[in-house]
Amino acid sequence: MVLEETILTPGKPAALLRARRAGTLDWSTVALNVALPVLGVVFALVLGAILLVILRANPLAAYAALVNGAVGTRFGATQTLVKATPLLLVGLGICIAFRANVINIGGEGQIIIGALAATWWPLAFSTWPGWLLIPSTMIAGFLGGAIWGFIPGILKARLNVNEILSTIMLNAVALQLMNLLLQGPLMDPAGVKARTFLAQSAQLPAQVWLPRLVPRTLLHAGAIVAVVLAILVYVFLWRTTIGYQIRAVGLNPHASRYSGITVPTVQALSLTLAGAFAGLAGTVEVIGVQHRLLEGLTSGYGFTGIVAALLGSLHPIGLIPASILFGGLLVGADTMQRAVQVPSSLVDALLGLVVLFVSGSALWSRRWAARRGIGAQRDQESGVESDRDSVRESGQESGQGSGQEEAP
Amino acid sequence: MKNVFSVAVISGILNTMVGLATPFLYAALGETIAQTSGVVNLGVDGIMLLAAFTAFAVALFSGSLWLGLLAAAVAGLLLGLLMSFVSVTLKAEQGVSGIGLYMFGLGMSSLLFKILIGTVKTVQGFPPVAIPLLADIPVVGPILFRNNVLVYGAFLLVPVVWWLLEKTTLGLKIKSVGQNPAAADSVGISVDGIRYLSVCLGAVLAGIAGASLSISLLNLFQDNLTAGQGFIAVALVYFGGWSPVGVLGGALLFSVVNSFQLWVQVLGVKIPSSVAVMLPYILTIAALTVTINRMRQPAALNRPFERGET
Repeated sequence: MVLEETILTPGKPAALLRARRAGTLDWSTVALNVALPVLGVVFALVLGAILLVILRANPLAAYAALVNGAVGTRFGATQTLVKATPLLLVGLGICIAFRANVINIGGEGQIIIGALAATWWPLAFSTWPGWLLIPSTMIAGFLGGAIWGFIPGILKARLNVNEILSTIMLNAVALQLMNLLLQGPLMDPAGVKARTFLAQSAQLPAQVWLPRLVPRTLLHAGAIVAVVLAILVYVFLWRTTIGYQIRAVGLNPHASRYSGITVPTVQALSLTLAGAFAGLAGTVEVIGVQHRLLEGLTSGYGFTGIVAALLGSLHPIGLIPASILFGGLLVGADTMQRAVQVPSSLVDALLGLVVLFVSGSALWSRRWAARRGIGAQRDQESGVESDRDSVRESGQESGQGSGQEEAP
Repeated sequence: MKNVFSVAVISGILNTMVGLATPFLYAALGETIAQTSGVVNLGVDGIMLLAAFTAFAVALFSGSLWLGLLAAAVAGLLLGLLMSFVSVTLKAEQGVSGIGLYMFGLGMSSLLFKILIGTVKTVQGFPPVAIPLLADIPVVGPILFRNNVLVYGAFLLVPVVWWLLEKTTLGLKIKSVGQNPAAADSVGISVDGIRYLSVCLGAVLAGIAGASLSISLLNLFQDNLTAGQGFIAVALVYFGGWSPVGVLGGALLFSVVNSFQLWVQVLGVKIPSSVAVMLPYILTIAALTVTINRMRQPAALNRPFERGET
């Protein structure tokens, strides 16, 4: 019954048109999209402080150490940007996927596969000059991640496999694949010779290392690449036909289908792109920071990238400050652990609370928007929402979806 | 290779399988209840982690395993309330709120472990209880009837959950809010109330699943103890077609493959351990592609309910 109503309601095309116009700025919406996430972070920090008091740690000292670590020193501040870079890249992919209403939890695995490709390529073509090797390595990493996003994408499009579950499983597969290669063909020959057998690759040829932006820090040119890509993704999502289709599918899959968009293909494409951007995140970690592949490279960026994307309201430009914020939290958490012995996992727990808060506040912001008349007709606004929710089912079992919805 | 298929090894594999299946059964049967009511709780892994820690810490400090188990159930209940509040009352996108719950559980369990315990410690877990007569049956006896209480509980839970969902009024209500919440609402069933109950019931079982790892199977706690088992449990619900018996089949299949890879490594068969560890995950993906019972999927799965909306 959802089906008939939403498709036949004349307001539906308006919803799509609104999606097209969403690129133009509505300042009160922007304010709301900034205020709610900030509130979420504050809320999480307050809860964290209460928790620290219960655990007999000093929350003020802990947070002071955190802020000081993140921005207090020149090295800390550049480290914040170093960590923000992969978060931004992963988050861009998450934006694209979530906009198409595809939940990509596979960032970790896609980062790994991208990093694997970005390690293998320069080692295999180590004689190439830097101007050729750097771009080609980035393409290799991009494609590597894309493959790891394409698998769940095609499984969802063709066989109705739930992408949340398949991407989670593929994370584990990618991790083992990396272990396998690091203990075999990719293992550092120097380590084999010295009989240390460390699970890491050989150092990459120096001409593939990304140039450092600030001397004696780890800040590398990948940060600039990430910001440029954020702008490109914005243009892609709001100024191209495919980008429009991606957003339309996310807003209303039924209406999209009726207007001739191949919903499964668009969703598979958005998952592939999400994987590609995560792969690029792995690439810049390898050629920008570590200069080799080693275990623990992902550092949970695949998950933190989701938080950053949500906090940036799934907007590529909003993602830039959001990923810097989380980069700072990650850097500060390490300082906090060293300085006042509060485990850095506090920040992990707080990130979870932020996600819960932001996802839970969507209802309020929707109602608020409806009251202000942004949505014009509240019914349609909520109709869009219930369609968003049903997309996963109809995507999963299209054979059953229609029958069921017609029954009542 | 020949000794892999000897009777001793096969019964060893099956014995390990029964143990490995235990946390999956608790978590996946609980998730079955939650999903039948229309709510996907993707945070099972986070609940398992925090509950596993709670059970371990309480058992370690109080010396009582039962108190630890109870504490794990309470921890599960509290996280279930949190998940229901965000997903049912606030109508959040369930995939996202579940990930939030997972990250919270992962970070919180690690934080509490580092502050309160810090080093690797072990507890004496629930001892195996041999069931008289049955335990003496050759081969089958030791596999099935010489386990600890939590293992028996997991397998007994299969008919219990089946009975709850298929034979009770409550089960009917759970199904109705999962299939057609508007209709259920119109006959006076509290959709939100039933969903809260189902999610919390599932979360309590996820808590027990966590406890079964930390005080009955592994008898220790460490960071990320579950290593994603909660997510596999969610996958098993899809694989099992939202039926307790299907979930049992999935849990056994997954565990036998896992147990096989463990034994293969123990016996020193020349397969890289990464390939062996990878197998169950690839199997899960494969299993998701062939799920036959998709017709049974609750129609309102993953769809928050708001009056007058559909």
